[in-house]
Parts: sequence; C-alpha cells; structure tokens
Amino acid sequence: MLELKGLEKRYPTGDRALRGVDLVVPQGQVMALIGPSGAGKSTLIRCINRLVEPTAGSVRLGDLELTRLGARELRRARRRMGMIFQEYALVERLSVMENLLSGRLGYVGFWRSWFRRFPAADIAQAFAILDRVGLTEFVDKRADALSGGQRQRVGIARALLQDPDILLVDEPTASLDPKTSRQIMRLIVELCEERGLAAIINIHDVALAQQFARRIVGLRMGEVVYDGPPADLTAEVLTTIYGEEDWSRTIRREDEEEEDPEAARDGTAEEAGGPPAPDRERLAGMT
Amino acid sequence: MATGGGEGARTWRRRAPKRDLAVWFGWLLGLLVTLECFRVIADVTIWEFVWDAPQQAGDLFSRMVPPRWPYIDRLWLPLWDTINIATLGTLLAIVMAVPVAFCAASNTTPSRLLVRPVALFIIVASRSINSLIWALLLVSIIGPGVLAGIIAIALRSIGFVAKLLYEAIEEIDTAQVEAVAATGAGPGQVLTYGIVPQIMPAFAGISVFRWDINIRESTVLGLVGAGGIGLELQASISTLAWPQASVIFLLILGTVLVSEWVSARIRHAII
Repeated sequence: MLELKGLEKRYPTGDRALRGVDLVVPQGQVMALIGPSGAGKSTLIRCINRLVEPTAGSVRLGDLELTRLGARELRRARRRMGMIFQEYALVERLSVMENLLSGRLGYVGFWRSWFRRFPAADIAQAFAILDRVGLTEFVDKRADALSGGQRQRVGIARALLQDPDILLVDEPTASLDPKTSRQIMRLIVELCEERGLAAIINIHDVALAQQFARRIVGLRMGEVVYDGPPADLTAEVLTTIYGEEDWSRTIRREDEEEEDPEAARDGTAEEAGGPPAPDRERLAGMT
Repeated sequence: MATGGGEGARTWRRRAPKRDLAVWFGWLLGLLVTLECFRVIADVTIWEFVWDAPQQAGDLFSRMVPPRWPYIDRLWLPLWDTINIATLGTLLAIVMAVPVAFCAASNTTPSRLLVRPVALFIIVASRSINSLIWALLLVSIIGPGVLAGIIAIALRSIGFVAKLLYEAIEEIDTAQVEAVAATGAGPGQVLTYGIVPQIMPAFAGISVFRWDINIRESTVLGLVGAGGIGLELQASISTLAWPQASVIFLLILGTVLVSEWVSARIRHAII
C-alpha cells in the first residue's frame, strides 16, 4: 500500500540522510524500523508525509504519488497518514479533547476549527477513541497536566482520529519508562490490528521491536541493510546494522519470553478477553 | 587555555600570557577613560550650585508640604483621561503589533527577503522614539488633546509589543507545529492550533506589562499638551503651585501602585 522507490534525501549541509531506499509496506503490516542514531529513520518517515522534502525518488500511498503533490493535495493526503511523535508533540496548552480534535483539522474548515465547532460525528468518534485508550476522565484536562504515558495515548488517539490508512510512528517510547513503553507499543499494535492499519515504527529498542513488530527493517547510513522477520535478527545482523558489539544479551530468544512475568500476565489477560478490551487500570491509572 | 610544562608538573592557566596582558591593559584603559571623563565633567560643573543642593531640595520640599488636598477634586477627570490614554493606546498598539510580530518572526514571516525587513524596520522605528517625542510631534500634527496622547502611546508600544512577541514566536516548540501540520491542517489552522496556544502566555504577559508601563508614560504626556494629568502638572509647576504639584505626584504614585497590582494579578491569572 505504501511504496518507496529510490528515496533520497540530501540536506543543504550535504549530509545524505537517505541513499536510495526501496521499501513496500502492505496494508495492515506493522513494521519496525531500527538503526543507529543518525541512520535516517526520522528522515525516512518525515519524507513520507513530507514534513521533510525528499530530494529524489518516489513515495506512493495507494495510487497517489506523494512527492509531486501541490500544497492543497498534500494536505488532503496527509489526512491518510497519522503521525505519532517521540516527545508526544501535543499542543501543551490545549485540552485533551482539543488535541484529539486537531486530528480532524484536515477535514474541517478554518472557522469551524477556530470556534471549536467540530461536527457531532467527529466528537462522538473522539469520545470513542478516548474510551479505547482509557482516558475518558481526562477529556478536559490540559495536555501538560498528563503523565508521559497518558500524553502518548492522546498522541495516538489524535493520529487515529484522522482516520488514517497508515501510522508513521517516530520513537514512540524513547521518553517513556520500560513498562509504559511496552503498554504503548502494545496499544499501537492492537489498534493497528483492530483497524487494519499499516504502521512504520521507528524504534531504538531492539527487544521491543522484536516483541511487537512482524517485520523489521534495519537502516544504516541511509540504506536498508536488513529486511525480514524478527526471529532472523541474529548477532551478525545487528552488527551489520549497528556495528561491532556484544549482542548476546540483546537478542530475544523464544524461551525467555515465558520467564518475563509482566509479558506473561498481560499476554494471558488479552487472550482471555478476545478482542482486546480496554483495561482502564492498566492503561490510565499507573502511568 | 594554555597548557605547558613538558616533563615536570603540568600547569594550567585560563589564558595564554599574551592574552592575560591584553586583558589587563583593557581594564587599565577603562580606568583611565573613566578618570578623564570625571575630570571633564568636574571642569564644567558649577560647584557652588552643587554644594547648596541639599538646601535647595529642602526648600522645594518645604514648599510642597502640606499638599493642597482639596485640589484633588479637579484631578479625577484628568486622571481618568490618563488611564484611558494608556489603555486605549495599548489596545491600539496590540492590534497593530500582532501582525507585525508574525511578519517579523523568521519562522512565520511570509517572506524573509521582503516582508521581514519591513516589519523589523517598523519595530526599530517605533522603539527608537520616546512616547514623549511622539506626543510632541502628534500635538503639532493633530493638535493638543487626548487623541494625540493615545496615538503617541500606541506608536511607541507597537515596537515594544511586536519585538517581544516575535521573539516569543521564534522560540516556540516546532514539534507541536509539525504535529498539527502532519494532520493535514491548512496554514491558518497550523497558526491557530500549533502556534497561537504556545505564545498566549507571552502575549498576555507582554500586553499587561506594556499597559503598566503606559500608565506611567501617559502621566507625563500632558507636559507637551497631549492630555491627561500631565496637563495639570504642567500648569501647577509653571505657576509655582508646589502644594498642588505634590498632590499630583502622590496621585500618580497611587495610580502606578494600583496598575502594578492589577497587572501582577492579571499575569498571575493568565499564565
């Protein structure tokens, strides 16, 4: 559904952040993008929705070639791509609901958004998503009054309210503690499954990437050096991506998973519940 | 940061010896210039007048007390004018300063080459002329009165408000702006959702602060005929009615105290 061909980005400073990336992300696939700092992960996903303008190559979303769109068509196309940020990037001084509804800005005219007169359907949808991420009681709280995990849930909800086809996720857990990181990753993956969304998730934490993504792409110096399932991520592969290091403790083995009490408990809870029901306590209370 | 020493104990100094010498020489030069300035000023001062300054000040003070309190009844209307000059002038300035600030901020300006220099020039021009001088010019252009005062205050305040506001705009968190743009929002929506909420505290603080300054500035505008309590002050001083002047001084002091308190409360409430 998303197809990158020969994507290149050269910054005015001369840095070649991307050197001809070819990548196809089919519908509904959650893909993790790993790689060292400066490998071009952020540039890659920003080139897709053109927060950063690519220098060469093509980006196709469905039938739409994104790189050649004018300003107005680009705005229409951006509605189909929800973005989730590392530092949440919520508008700090607006309420949770206002932040959520800002996901509808691409659909609503200027004056309606100025007077906060969003269509009733948008508001109903916002409440439904707020329920889903477990933040209903925070609807009128200001974004800067929330904890990190709660803010990231608002960030996720804002992206979903766009009604996107794909999520572009930039280091969603880099500012969160390990437990909250896992909850947030699980939430993103669950939501993608529920809605059949594709996702590209930039992530530093290799273990998290292996745990939650079905496909892992390794980026090094602006080039794809690995593309495959998480299970094939061996020490040699990690060395090609990141360079020489002792990887023996980083790689997740199948038997280790059972020993992690946190993962085991959450895993059973979710399997028992069938389609994942929002566990408010877990989602909102503890973060 | 010169290191040296070779085989023995390694030494460290903040500067290389040559730079050390230069710094000392700089201080010496500064001292000599100060002494020379003092000598020039002393030469042109008529010291007899300075020596009896305490006596003169005491004399003036004795003529000012007791203040002629009944005179205060004639001051309420001019005081009301003064407050109106400050408030309306500030509002007018804000209305004009906001677009100027957005044009001057390098991250929101429509054009860095054409619009931004013009906006910066407006800011500098407005700030370089004191409101008393603006008033002097305006009184001769549109005649004496409150209107000249309001416009004088507004013209002086545009630069102040626009400068502080555009600095606030340039310091916003770009991630929040990016996030709003990434949803497919139009330019106006990016402005109102991504940028405006971030600069609201600065905007409120700057506006109230400027209003507070303008209360003080508008009290003297009457000296050049631009209305308000300064007119009464001018009249009292030129007729040597010092007991009346002292009433005016006390009233101005009271007004400034109140405005200071009000602006502190407003800033507290908004931020």
